Amino acid sequence: MTASPQYRILGSRPPRPDGVDKVTGRAVYGNDTRLPAMLYGHILRSPHAHARIVSIDTSRAEALPGVYAVATGADLPQLADRVEDLRYTSNNVLADDKVLYDGHAVAGVAAVDLGTAEEAAGLIEVIYEVLPPVMDVHQAMADGAPILLSDLRTDELGEVLEGETNIASHFRHERGDLESGFAAADIVIEREFNTATVHQGYVEPHAATALWNADGRITIWCSTQGAFAARSQTSIILQQPVSKITVNPTEIGGGFGGKIPVYVEPVAAVLSKKAGHRPVKIAMSRADVIKATGPTSGSYIKVKMGATNDGTLTAAKVVLAYEAGGYPGSPVPSASGVVLAPYKLDNVQVDGYDVLVNKPKASPYRAPGGTNAAFASESVVDELASAIGMDPLEFRLQNAVAEGDRQANGIPFGRIGCIETLQTAIDHPHYATPLDGKFQGRGVAAGYWMNWGGKSSVSASVNADGSVSLLEGSTDIGGSRASIAMQLAETLDIPYEQVNAQVVSTDQVGYTDLTGGSRTTATTGMAAYNLGQNLRAEMTRRAAELMETEPETVTYENGVFSSNGSRLSFNEVAEQADASGAPIVGTGTAAPDQWGAAFGLHIVDLEVDPETGKIEILRYTALQNVGKAIHPSYVEGQMQGGVAQGIGWAINEEYVYGDDGKLLNASLLDYRMPTSLDLPMIETVLVEVPWPDHPYGVRGCGETPIVPPAGAVANALNDALGVRMNVLPMSPGKVLEQLWAQPA
Amino acid sequence: MNKKIVVNTTINGEPQVFLCEPRQTALEVIRETLGLTGSKEGCGNGNCGACNVILDGVLVNSCLVLALELEGHDVLTIEGVADTYEDADLHPIQQKFLEHAALQCGICTPGFIVSTKALLEDNPNPTEDEIRLWLAGNLCRCTGYDKIVRAVIDSAEVMSA
Repeated sequence: MTASPQYRILGSRPPRPDGVDKVTGRAVYGNDTRLPAMLYGHILRSPHAHARIVSIDTSRAEALPGVYAVATGADLPQLADRVEDLRYTSNNVLADDKVLYDGHAVAGVAAVDLGTAEEAAGLIEVIYEVLPPVMDVHQAMADGAPILLSDLRTDELGEVLEGETNIASHFRHERGDLESGFAAADIVIEREFNTATVHQGYVEPHAATALWNADGRITIWCSTQGAFAARSQTSIILQQPVSKITVNPTEIGGGFGGKIPVYVEPVAAVLSKKAGHRPVKIAMSRADVIKATGPTSGSYIKVKMGATNDGTLTAAKVVLAYEAGGYPGSPVPSASGVVLAPYKLDNVQVDGYDVLVNKPKASPYRAPGGTNAAFASESVVDELASAIGMDPLEFRLQNAVAEGDRQANGIPFGRIGCIETLQTAIDHPHYATPLDGKFQGRGVAAGYWMNWGGKSSVSASVNADGSVSLLEGSTDIGGSRASIAMQLAETLDIPYEQVNAQVVSTDQVGYTDLTGGSRTTATTGMAAYNLGQNLRAEMTRRAAELMETEPETVTYENGVFSSNGSRLSFNEVAEQADASGAPIVGTGTAAPDQWGAAFGLHIVDLEVDPETGKIEILRYTALQNVGKAIHPSYVEGQMQGGVAQGIGWAINEEYVYGDDGKLLNASLLDYRMPTSLDLPMIETVLVEVPWPDHPYGVRGCGETPIVPPAGAVANALNDALGVRMNVLPMSPGKVLEQLWAQPA
Repeated sequence: MNKKIVVNTTINGEPQVFLCEPRQTALEVIRETLGLTGSKEGCGNGNCGACNVILDGVLVNSCLVLALELEGHDVLTIEGVADTYEDADLHPIQQKFLEHAALQCGICTPGFIVSTKALLEDNPNPTEDEIRLWLAGNLCRCTGYDKIVRAVIDSAEVMSA
C-alpha cells in the first residue's frame, strides 16, 4: 500500500457551521415555518385497511367558520400510465377510488388554525365499502387473495403476465450452476425467515408549507432529503412545470430514506390554491407518521447455502419476498444486492418478489431491504461455520470477496475493503475478550451496501476578505455542511472557518440529487473539489495579473501565491482582485459513474434473561471500510446511529396489526425504539481503504452500519442460549417461544 | 372557536402574558403564540422528550402540560438556556454537544440539552448509568446516544470544575 496523503483539514473534527443554531433552538425545521396569513392544514385519514370509497361529502366541513379549503383526490390531476410510479405517489398523497391501508390520506382541510382544521376534517362524511385486507406476503401471494389494485399485472422475469395479482414483479439473478454447486458441498443448510414491518423513526414528523401564488408560482418550504426530488415529484403530481416550483429545504429532523417521497407537499399546494392563494402549512402528527409514511418492508426470506468441510462456500439460493405496501416499490431489488454480497460465490440464484399488502407504501430506509436480507444470510453463514467447526470470522475471511469478484447480478466489485475489514475484526481485542456469564453470547455478522453516486452541484463566491460563501443543494442531515466545506477548504488551501456553507433552494444552486444512498459527502464533496480547482485557477490568474506575470509562472502552496519572488496570500489576492476587477465566483459539478461501496463487520456481546427472554446488549464493536473519513466524528456517528437502528429492528420494533388490518401501535410508546438505557457505548473502528476514483478517497458510510446488527444479535443469541431465531424482532416473547420449543 | 383565557407567566426570565384556548398545550402556545420554536413536537404524547422545558425547576414534557396551567409559573425553554450561564455565549452543555458532535439532524437536541441541564442541577456528577436512565425519556434516532452521553459526562466535569 502507498502512504496515505497528508491533509491539513480532512480527518480533523471542526464544529459544524449550523451547530450553534441547532444547540440554541434557532434552527428552522419543517414545522417551524411561519408565513404571514398562513393557514393550518390537516389530513383526514382512512380508518380502514382496505376499502372502496363510495362517496365523500365535504359540504359540512366547508361550511364551518374558519375553513378556507377542502381537497380530495379529485382535486389532483389524473396521471397517465407513462408516469405510473408517480400515479401511485399521487394516489398515496390523496386516495383515488380506494384506500389501501389504515391511515391512507383521503382529504385535506385548510383553516384559520389547527383546531378548526381538525374539527372540519371530522365533518367530512366518507362512505366506505370495506374490503378484506391482506397483511403479509404469504396472504397476498396465495390463490384467491383479495386484490389491492385491479389493474396491476405481474412483471414476471421481464414479461407481463395476464390476470389480477398482488405480485408487482418477480426478478432473478443467477450465475453458475446451482445443482453442481450444492452437489459439491459437504453440508447444505436451508432456513426460512419472517421479519416485521418497521419504521425509519425520525424524530421530526413530516411538515410542509406551500404557497400557490396568484401568478401560478408555487413555493414550498419543507423538510425533505432532496429539494430537487420534492420539486420533481410535486411537478408531476400537480402537472405543473418545474420552472414554476421552488422548494426551500428547511432543516431536516432525520429522514433515513423516509423523507424522499412527498406526502403533504402537493396537498398543501392544492389547498393553498383553493384557499385564495394563502400559504398553508401541514404538519403530521406522530400517529400520522407511523400510519402513513415509511415504513420498510416486512419480508419472507428463504436462504439455502452449501459449503465443503474445509470451509469453502459452493452455492447459494435465496428467495426474497418483500412487502411493498399498498403500491408497488419495495426495496427487494437492493436487498438482492446485499444478501450474499460479502461472499465469493460461483453458483448463485436470487429470486425477488415485490408484493402488495394493505400497509403504507414502503419508502426507502437506510440500506433499503438490507437488514432483513443480511439477518437471514448471516444466520445461515453462521450456522454453516458452526456445523463445520470453523471460527465464524475465519470462515467469512476464507470466502470473502475481493476486487474483481462478481456479485449475484454479475457486476464485479471495485475496491471493496472486505478482507481488510475482516482482518481488522479478527485482530480486534473485543474478539479475544472472554465472556463472563452463563447466558451471555457473542455474535458477528457482515454487511454491505452498494451506495450511490448521483449528481451534485455547488457554487461559491470569494469575498473581499478571503472568505468563501459556498452554496449547496444537498440537505444537511448529519453534518454534511461541515464535510463539504472541509473538502473545499482543503482544495483551496485555506482555513475551514473561512468557508461559509449554506444549503439553498432549487432556484439558487444547480441540480443536486437527494441526500441518500450515502452519496453526499462523496459526490457533493467531489463537486466541491471541482469547484475548488476552478476557483484556484481563477485566483491564480488574478494573482498573476496583480504580480504582472503569466499564470503559468505562479505556484500556490500553503495559502500563498508565488512567482519570481513575489508573494500574495489567498486573502490578499481576494482583497486586491475585488478592488481591481470582476468578482471571483465559481461552480463545480460531479456525476461519477463509479463510486465506492462499503463493507462492515459487527461484533456484539449480549446477555439474555432466560425467564423473560429480554436481550441486553453488553458490548458492541462496528468495523467498517469508510474510505477516507473526512470528519471522523460524523463517520463514527453514522456507524453508531446505524447500529442503534439495527438493534431496534433486531429486538424491539414492529408494526402490530389487528386482524382487521388496523395498526395497534401508532405511538412512540408502543412502537418501541431504543433509548439511551437500552444501549451501551458503541465502539467504532474506521478502516480507511480510500475509493480510488474520488479526489479524497471518500466512499459513502451511512447505510452499511444498519445491515449487520440483526444478524449479529441473532448469532450472539444462539451463542448464549443455543437457539436459532427465524423471526424479527427477537422480542422477549418470541425468544421465549423459541427457547421453550427446544428439546429439553 | 373557544373563548380564550389570559395567562400570566414567566418565560426565560421575562414576564409574558398570552391568550390561549383551554384545549391548547403549553408546547403549542410556546411554539405558535410565543414563537419559541426551539421546543419541538416529536410525538405530542410525552414519549420523545423533544419538547422538554423546565417548569419551576422541574423537567416536564411541555406537550403534556396545558397552556393555562402555566399561570403564575416560571418556564425555561432551550432559547433561555445560554442566558442561565453568564460566563460564556453558550452554556457549557451546548458547547459540549457541539464539540462531541452529539447531534446529527439536531431535532432532538434542544430537548436533550434542557434535560441535561435539569439532570446536572439535580446531580452534578452523574455516572454513565444515571445519565442513561435520566435521558431515557429523550429519543434520538441518529446518534445511538454514544456521543450524547459523552457530551453530558464532559459537561458535568466542566461545570463542576
